[in-house]
Amino acid sequence: MTVQELPGAAAYRPTPPPAWKPLTDPAPLLPDPEPYRVLGTDAVADADPELLLRLYAELVRGRRYNAQATALTKQGRLAVYPSSTGQEACEIAAALVLEERDWLFPSYRDTLAAVARGLDPVEALTLLRGDRHTGYDPREHRIAPLCTPLATQLPHAVGLAHAARLQGDDVVALAMVGDGGTSEGDFHEALNFAAVWRAPVVFLVQNNGFAISVPLAKQTAAPSLAHKAVGYGMPGRLVDGNDAAAVHQVLGEAVARARSGGGPTLVEAVTYRMDAHTNADDATRYRVDSEVEAWRAHDPIQLLERELTGRGLLGDDGIEEARVAAERMAAALRDRMNADPVLDPMDLFAHVYAEQTTQLREQAARLRVELDAEQDQHGHDDVEEGR
Amino acid sequence: MTTAAATAGERTAKAKPATMAQALGRALRDSMAQDPTVHVLGEDVGTLGGVFRITDGLAKEFGEDRCTDTPLAEAGILGAAVGMAMYGLRPVVEMQFDAFAYPAFEQLISHVAKMRNRTAGAMPLPITVRVPYGGGIGGVEHHSDSSEAYYMATPGLHVVTPATVEDAYGLLRASIASDDPVVFLEPKRLYWSKSDWSPDAPVAVEPIGRAVVRRPGRSATLITYGPSLPVCMEAAEAAVEEGWDLEVVDLRSLVPFDDETVAASVRRTGRAVVVHESSGFGGPGGEIAARVTERCFHHLEAPVLRVAGFDIPYPPPMQEKHHLPGVDRVLDAVARLQWEAES
Repeated sequence: MTVQELPGAAAYRPTPPPAWKPLTDPAPLLPDPEPYRVLGTDAVADADPELLLRLYAELVRGRRYNAQATALTKQGRLAVYPSSTGQEACEIAAALVLEERDWLFPSYRDTLAAVARGLDPVEALTLLRGDRHTGYDPREHRIAPLCTPLATQLPHAVGLAHAARLQGDDVVALAMVGDGGTSEGDFHEALNFAAVWRAPVVFLVQNNGFAISVPLAKQTAAPSLAHKAVGYGMPGRLVDGNDAAAVHQVLGEAVARARSGGGPTLVEAVTYRMDAHTNADDATRYRVDSEVEAWRAHDPIQLLERELTGRGLLGDDGIEEARVAAERMAAALRDRMNADPVLDPMDLFAHVYAEQTTQLREQAARLRVELDAEQDQHGHDDVEEGR
Repeated sequence: MTTAAATAGERTAKAKPATMAQALGRALRDSMAQDPTVHVLGEDVGTLGGVFRITDGLAKEFGEDRCTDTPLAEAGILGAAVGMAMYGLRPVVEMQFDAFAYPAFEQLISHVAKMRNRTAGAMPLPITVRVPYGGGIGGVEHHSDSSEAYYMATPGLHVVTPATVEDAYGLLRASIASDDPVVFLEPKRLYWSKSDWSPDAPVAVEPIGRAVVRRPGRSATLITYGPSLPVCMEAAEAAVEEGWDLEVVDLRSLVPFDDETVAASVRRTGRAVVVHESSGFGGPGGEIAARVTERCFHHLEAPVLRVAGFDIPYPPPMQEKHHLPGVDRVLDAVARLQWEAES
């Protein structure tokens, strides 16, 4: 039976649904199809030479840091190290673009960003050395703990930025995530919250091509990761992640926008992980040398060095100076990492709750007894061996 | 002095029974009024006042910045609360129903529970996660889970559950004031339970972690919490006819666990039954029975028994009465405490 057949149907007029129209014009939110570049383009004329020189020195230092940390894994001084060689431009720009009052939310690969922000290189490695989870006070440095679960630190960045704004502080949070992390639910929830709350957050996706072994094509069907922004109602920006000047500029604009109340931005930096996922991974199983070599020709340090030397801003002396400074940092790191950390086993119970529960006090007492017995045994052994 | 007595008298005369839901709402309101860093957030907590109306009026009184309707995303809600706490706020998060909290588990386990530990005490997270839990309200699936065992198994969390109107107020105040994260389990079938409690009367805000003897007795101890407390109280009254004088201990806090109060009771009575409505296997009762056995072995006249929900996914509402431990099942267990060794 149709509506028309019903008694009194002549008078029946279905109410049309309320007119619906999109709240936002998506066009300005869409990323440009090509990653934004500064080095080697006309845009470089506007770049501040001092900034470029600083970026250069930091990139050189960062690469040396990655090499030194990887070497430390071979000596058993680090449990594991996820190198960011090839991605230094993203790491350094993320650190340098922030003001002191801003917050950085790094993932496990972003040690370099934390160090470039001023964190003690040894404190930045305590997680990876295995002596402590987080070797620093996050509030002191405004750097959240290096986050191992994927994308779970992104909602924290949103909450912190939101809280800061509620308190009237013009603080910006910059959160870093990899291409694999964009598939996680927390990525979606964080971006959605940030956009709805207009929170002063910048999301930096370092698209380095692989989530361990899984290439981007198997990770997403989106035109680009930056395109994901439009679905949340925030701008997406695509940038050449090996072009330090471009990453710094794009992140700088996003930070400025967030600080002025303009809300969040999603920045995708297209880069490449030159090393394996970590020292424990074998990258030859999932990628070919020719691809790695192609990216080597687009090296972030070389790109910047070429620009600076071409313009006469950097000579052999300057290059040598940066190299020597990096070596000094590496030597100091090596020395300090070769010292065995002194750990107190009783610390295991110290920071579970503000006040230890009865249960933890009992367990701590049990460990104390074991430790004392061990100590006595050592003393006994020493006597036996005539020491 | 006389004035104070008169005022107290007037209050008693005017006192109107308050529900647990009202006491919880009042605890939130008083916490927010006292401490400007307390923020409430969750799905529907603002305009609607929560599906159980616990947060009713808070957005109006304190503004939407302090009582915030969030997007529907539990991981996002709790994850944002982590960031807010990192910046010095004291978030109180509402998970609408027990089983709706599961998407937020990773945030809870990997971050909320561990942040103090990860940062060697530098960054405690004073977050209260309110979870209405348990069955008995005729809810369809995913609305009646008892998820306390999951939370109890996670070091770094306090797990608290009131069973009375007074405790609902006092324990929620204490939880919000705590510098540690608290999973605050609200027995939703007791939301409408009443008492003469009045927020104007002096309220003892107990520290978290103390059990209480609700009914003294000599012949056996019923150890219980949350929604099963009224069941145990009723069973204890019914058992009098059978000659049993049952003591009822209300745990109030599952983590930390009050071994002292529980063990003292069992040593007095020599017999114990743990009663809860969550599934028995891998459930809180196993842990409690083990703790009691370790401490009271020589005082026990019988094994510690458990009366729990069956080891089944929470049943559909028309069947839940068969699953939930009722008075008869408790009394059966008490009868089995007349233990005789098998020959």
